[in-house]
Amino acid sequence: MRWKNWKLGGMAMGAVAVTAAIAIAVPSAMAQRDPAYEAARAAGQIGEQPDGYLGFVSNPTPAIRDIVNDINIKRKAAYTANAPQGSTVEQFAFATGCNLIAKTKPGEKYKAPDGRWLTRDSGPPVRDSRCP
Amino acid sequence: MTISNKENRRLTLDGRYLAILCAMAGLSACVQIETPDKPIEINLNINIKQEIIYRLDGDAKKLIEQNEDIF
Repeated sequence: MRWKNWKLGGMAMGAVAVTAAIAIAVPSAMAQRDPAYEAARAAGQIGEQPDGYLGFVSNPTPAIRDIVNDINIKRKAAYTANAPQGSTVEQFAFATGCNLIAKTKPGEKYKAPDGRWLTRDSGPPVRDSRCP
Repeated sequence: MTISNKENRRLTLDGRYLAILCAMAGLSACVQIETPDKPIEINLNINIKQEIIYRLDGDAKKLIEQNEDIF
């Protein structure tokens, strides 16, 4: 009787663990970049701006324009929904922009504080002096 | 006990020397500070903003991790 209880408990725990694993795995599988977005980033057609939004480095194709506009609207919604109490959407977007520029991969474009589009190399990017 | 004339004079002389010494010291180490006619304004906007950006850094990192498709 005791053993059975232990076994049952173990199985329940296992089931919980499996469910938790699926719950974690599914959203991360969904949260992947659109291949067209990834390609435009890698090609340097679009880049990260200090304000936390994407910008066009060169004149975009209608498809790229749509992707960027769509992402920027979603970013704005995410900043608005998650800006901590006592901070504005702009401040939270700016703080995220600091991180997004820091996370750019070599070859990708980002906008320097002076407004120039720079290509990320192996060194640290040129960021606003207020960035952590 | 009374201070004699001689002693008195010496004291006065000493006092005079002291005054001259002080004046010389004052001249050699002369720092002029001009007070500004306008009130001093310290703009704290930049500092406050930087402080906020630092404070938001953790939340920003979390947001990026949780929304990989749009970042």
